[in-house]
Amino acid sequence: MSKKVAFLQGNEAAAHGALYAGCNFFAGYPITPSTEVSEVLSIELPKIGGKFLQMEDEIAAMAAILGASLAGAKVLTSTSGPGLSLKQELVGYGCIAEIPCVVYNVMRGGPSTGMPTGPSQSDVMCAKWGTHGDHPAICLTPASVQETYEEIIRAFNLSEKYRTPVMVMPDEIVAHMRERIVFPEPGEVEVTPRKSPTVPPEQYKPYDTSFGDVPPLAAFGSGYKFHVTGLNKASDGFPTTKANLVQAEEERQVRKVDANIDDIVQFEEYLLDDAEVAVVAYGSTSRSARYAVNVAREQGIKAGLFRIKTFWPFPDKQIKALAGRVKGIVIPEMNLGMCSLELERCAQGKVPVLGIFRVDGEPINPDQILDKIKEVK
Amino acid sequence: MSRYELRFSGAGGQGLITAGIIMAKAASIYEGKQAVQSQSYGPEARGGASKSEVIISDGPIDYPKATTVDALLAMTQEACDKYTHDLKDGGILLVDSDLVTKLPKGNFKVISFPIINTAKNDVGREIVANIVALGAMVALTGQVSRENAEKAVLSSVPEAFIELNKKAFSIGFEKALAASA
Repeated sequence: MSKKVAFLQGNEAAAHGALYAGCNFFAGYPITPSTEVSEVLSIELPKIGGKFLQMEDEIAAMAAILGASLAGAKVLTSTSGPGLSLKQELVGYGCIAEIPCVVYNVMRGGPSTGMPTGPSQSDVMCAKWGTHGDHPAICLTPASVQETYEEIIRAFNLSEKYRTPVMVMPDEIVAHMRERIVFPEPGEVEVTPRKSPTVPPEQYKPYDTSFGDVPPLAAFGSGYKFHVTGLNKASDGFPTTKANLVQAEEERQVRKVDANIDDIVQFEEYLLDDAEVAVVAYGSTSRSARYAVNVAREQGIKAGLFRIKTFWPFPDKQIKALAGRVKGIVIPEMNLGMCSLELERCAQGKVPVLGIFRVDGEPINPDQILDKIKEVK
Repeated sequence: MSRYELRFSGAGGQGLITAGIIMAKAASIYEGKQAVQSQSYGPEARGGASKSEVIISDGPIDYPKATTVDALLAMTQEACDKYTHDLKDGGILLVDSDLVTKLPKGNFKVISFPIINTAKNDVGREIVANIVALGAMVALTGQVSRENAEKAVLSSVPEAFIELNKKAFSIGFEKALAASA
């Protein structure tokens, strides 16, 4: 039987991917260039008995998905830069209270209202440092319509597996461009269920580490009663200031992601085996980079591409190894040097990191990358 | 690798993004090729220069935006002034002859006919000017067959307007052939 195909926008694919992953609750506030996610889900969620809420603002939308997730729903919100800034307080709440949720953020020009219809990649640091305090961060940066569909499913899976908010951040180009998409059959792609309690309600503690670094999460309304707070908490969910408990809890929250980097980090290597110049890129910019690498190869230049799929946690190990075997790293990105900082940290001065930074609302074209590849001596 | 680049440009609200989507759909769903469609537009809901780009190839498409454009449609003078700078030497330039009077310098194959007026007078509704233009672009570029393009049109418009759009597509196709003969 031939699979179902369609010609869709990245944002539409995100909405359909969320449905495949079992999303049954969406709350959001429309904002260019992510509004199509809301449009699709406002039609599709009611059909499957799910809930679609258009809230009064982005903060309320983030609060709504956290509440719904605690009641057992699989939840999504979508936004763009200014909305992401507003959501950050509650992203932190999701991190400390360990509530699975997916935040889909389309990167447009910023800061503030910036350039609503222009592409950008300047929110990637906001995915890790936007909310205050030490916390885990997972952020995926898809580069095609098909991958947006697949990565949003993976985002739901990771959020359930590690009980933490996960961000998916396409740039405006990926979010708004249209490509052919092939839908997987039901059951073809793994969907990770939430780990439910195995103890009766009277013995249940929401942060019981005897079950490991990711304790089971009961659904409100299922007979389990527990306390949820943004304060540092003990295993029963009630606030504590006991130094040993707080230290251990904070470390565990970060460790549950840090200790599983190999499970979370995904990347793609293209023509890197004999490469002397490595272009590192993510999102739509990686497509310009691949084009440039192909042209460079035709001209006899040994260039290759390392495409970041998981931006956070950052692929430290892979970049460190790469820096040990190429003459230079080229990083094109639609910001003034964000991924570039991470690459410099990983390269530790072993090789030069050459940036192409563009924030004028135009994509980085292959010629710009080719010129920079040629600067590596 | 074959890579064919089209740009549909004009004013916001003229339906050029839709025209681009239908062209890309014809190539990628019905013609068995690969296609990517993208657009750029200002914050205005209507007006302002708007463009929709379609890349068609036999293989995977990396860079989703135009590099050197093979065929370009300009439905306003502003769009013609703004978006023809990277039209390639020998490329196809289709313009609405009533609205674009000043043509860019260069070695282009220029085809012009009154696209909006054709929609208004020959088809009967100005709103389908984008489909008239699409029919013309399909005829001029030869990247997708007339049949596949028509299938893409019919699968993209509301049931009640199928005949209207079919007529618009067909008239655009024929007018372009006549204008370029």
